[in-house]
Amino acid sequence: MELLYYPGCTMKTSAKNLESSAVAVLRALGHELREMDEWNCCGVASSLTTDDLMHHVAPLRNLVHVEDQGHQRVVVICDMCSNTLKQTDTRVKARKADLDTLNAFMDRENDYKGTVKVQHLLEFLRDEVGFDVMRKKVKRPLKGMRIMPYYGCMLLRPREVAIDDAEEPRILADLIVALGGEVVDNPYKVECCGTYRTIEQRESTARRAGKIASYALGRGVDAIMLSCPLCRFNLDVRGKEAEELIDGYSQVPVMYYTQLMAVAFGLGTGSCGFETHAVDPIPLLREKGVIS
Amino acid sequence: MATESRRSEEAAQEKVPRLSGTLIDELQDLCDENVFGCYQCGTCAAGCPFIDEMDLTPDEVLRHVIMDRKEVLRSKTIWLCASCFTCAERCPRDLNITKIMEALRQIVLRSNIDETDMTGLTEEEKRSIPQLAFVCLFRKNVG
Repeated sequence: MELLYYPGCTMKTSAKNLESSAVAVLRALGHELREMDEWNCCGVASSLTTDDLMHHVAPLRNLVHVEDQGHQRVVVICDMCSNTLKQTDTRVKARKADLDTLNAFMDRENDYKGTVKVQHLLEFLRDEVGFDVMRKKVKRPLKGMRIMPYYGCMLLRPREVAIDDAEEPRILADLIVALGGEVVDNPYKVECCGTYRTIEQRESTARRAGKIASYALGRGVDAIMLSCPLCRFNLDVRGKEAEELIDGYSQVPVMYYTQLMAVAFGLGTGSCGFETHAVDPIPLLREKGVIS
Repeated sequence: MATESRRSEEAAQEKVPRLSGTLIDELQDLCDENVFGCYQCGTCAAGCPFIDEMDLTPDEVLRHVIMDRKEVLRSKTIWLCASCFTCAERCPRDLNITKIMEALRQIVLRSNIDETDMTGLTEEEKRSIPQLAFVCLFRKNVG
């Protein structure tokens, strides 16, 4: 099946490896991700004030273009983009007056008719591919790998755009099991990574990364699996910096779920771009026999 | 690895916006949340990941708003909030505290007081940090 997808800026810059590994694993599952035309910034972070419609223009314009391209569904890989697009979509579907104002303002675009479903790639994998199908694709199981699933905020909150339970999500844990790995559950899986505070509160974000991983480290975790490009940066890059701040702390590899799917499907590391990670996951994957 | 201060000149001078009405008046227009519903249980504070760094807990912020203490607009708390929605998800009174924090930030930003000075970013930061973090920061801290 061909799937229209919205990339967002980060897929084209600091998270190229999330995009390339997503394309590779979807292809292995028989689905072709096709980038939508005419996309623009998603407008992150979603505007939360009642009277501020201007900041919903950017996300809504993307949804207009999905309709223009004849689609009723757009798949999003970035958690931040997915959350922002969903929040705008939810708002205009609930408030007709806001939609009318936004449509009138965007006088060079067609009106948004409200026919689009914004779907995170993880939702597509869970709801339309299914864990059983993914399990059958596994050629190099993540056997013996103890993995901490980390969800962060954007998949789970606010509740009107959540893809899983806010307190006890399981979508990543189910995926780890399907790929043959072992789940290390932990209470920090739904805690904020520090998000954009990584710019102004660098040290505090590094300490936060260390705190999030420490619980699982004490339980012998080998790696962290997540989905958001900003969480990856904070837990991996800032997490590495935490080694200087927290006595005895040692950062483990942080990987996107798409990268772990790629290696487990036997696709190798070509699409994974591990060279951009602060902690290289390749030695671990070799040690566990997931790659040669 | 010292955290550099990038507060704007106005923010550094601890300027408080001049409001024509009460904080409640301003807030109600911006977030549609009934802060009087808060019964000070502290669930928001208990779950907030950044509580250690805050000068006021989120429930204290709400209490300040109810009492029309405008100095709450100088609180570090409203800028430390990263909109993770944990408080909003857990509030037993179903108050969207995340939206209230955003409304308080907006009252300051709309008075032409930016929290962050955008000119202070280093080349290393611009090169290394994902740009969506910058977009978020500017959306949250610059009016």
